[in-house]
Amino acid sequence: MFPASFEYFAARSVEEAIELLTKHGEDAKLLAGGHSLIPAMKLRLAAPRYLIDIGQVPGLSGVNVDGETLAIGALTVHADIASSDLVRQWLPGLAEAASVIGDVQVRNRGTIGGSVAHADPAADFPVILTALGASFVLVSPSGRRTLSADDFFIDFFTTALKPNEVLTEIRVPLPPSGSGTAYSKLPHPASGYVVVSAGVLLSRQPSGQCLSARVAIGGLGSGPLRAKATEAVLQGQPLTAEAIAAAAAKAAEGANPDDDLYTSADYKRHVAAVYARRAIEEAARRAAG
Amino acid sequence: MTGEAERMAVPISVNVNGVRHETEVEPRLLLVYFLREHLGLTGTHVGCDTSQCGACTVHFNGRAVKSCTILAVQANRAQITTIEGLAHEGTLHPIQEGFREKHGAQCGYCTPGMIMSAGYLLQTSPNPTDEEIKHALEGNLCRCTGYVNIVEAIKWAAERIRR
Repeated sequence: MFPASFEYFAARSVEEAIELLTKHGEDAKLLAGGHSLIPAMKLRLAAPRYLIDIGQVPGLSGVNVDGETLAIGALTVHADIASSDLVRQWLPGLAEAASVIGDVQVRNRGTIGGSVAHADPAADFPVILTALGASFVLVSPSGRRTLSADDFFIDFFTTALKPNEVLTEIRVPLPPSGSGTAYSKLPHPASGYVVVSAGVLLSRQPSGQCLSARVAIGGLGSGPLRAKATEAVLQGQPLTAEAIAAAAAKAAEGANPDDDLYTSADYKRHVAAVYARRAIEEAARRAAG
Repeated sequence: MTGEAERMAVPISVNVNGVRHETEVEPRLLLVYFLREHLGLTGTHVGCDTSQCGACTVHFNGRAVKSCTILAVQANRAQITTIEGLAHEGTLHPIQEGFREKHGAQCGYCTPGMIMSAGYLLQTSPNPTDEEIKHALEGNLCRCTGYVNIVEAIKWAAERIRR
């Protein structure tokens, strides 16, 4: 209905946000786009006593090339990532993932930093960012540190963020030429959240062989899973339809999904291979230029 | 507000349909309730509890957003347009006309949200296909019409605006 009472602070800087987080500890939550937190607060699944709004902190939004890296401010909204010329040029898989989150209105408010920090197992960004080998810049009273996506997502709604740490930037390596990225998703027909999804970063030799591949699968566990068996099969192989299908068939290897209200674990394992195949095929097409 | 809420009241300045409002609100007040109950602008509707239905859609600094999923305090210094802000001095906006011409409304509950989302679409896509319209309306649910006449209304409006 509406949230429980809380005290509200509009932080004017990252430093101020960190001070407030340090002061109020576990009773405080950061507010960015609010499109995961506010729905939870309206259902009273979350009831923080202090809300620290960083939505107006300057300098945390935008997409820029920084050397060999695409630097994305944590407050950049999904709509702006989906429509960014830089993202579409360099990392079309990332733009694709952004474009299938929620709906138009959600994409106008939800932020990439919020999505990453919230770590919903049915979210899109953690999956594609894992595939892309992204890293996250975290700021705390002890300074700045950078963590890879592989090390960041720990469990359902659980990340390596310390309680008084703020995620300020998402950094994605620019893929070398001969690379392709893609994101393919089976959405829940009502909620739009991920049932299964696949994010792929693939590098191709001019001869047509796969140089390397990173494949991340969403929907099979408590966070994005690297499909290491799929990656191993692809490596060094010519990127034919048969080879891709054989690799994709292993997408769920090592995963232990649960049955849920919507569908069974068996179905999820099966469609994970289907969506992995689609994403790998698209990434391979893009890598071939 | 209760005594405790008064002590926690946060001052905000919000421009709604061209009029600036300066007031104090409880932090937990949702933007949709600020519009409906504090400003009396009841054209924006509350249709669900899960941020899905879009009946609460307004424009926030030029973007279509769900006002039920935004706190009024987040709208400090923002420009909001609601359904009431579309018509100019009694003349309906072409999208409103389209919903009349093409019978795009039945009960009317989803309609303001549909119109606000359509307005946002037509800002950047003046000649949308049916598919583009449906995609743009994924965040707006209708329980009455089956969406057919909503799409027709928006196409009619798009053509009208292009003329």
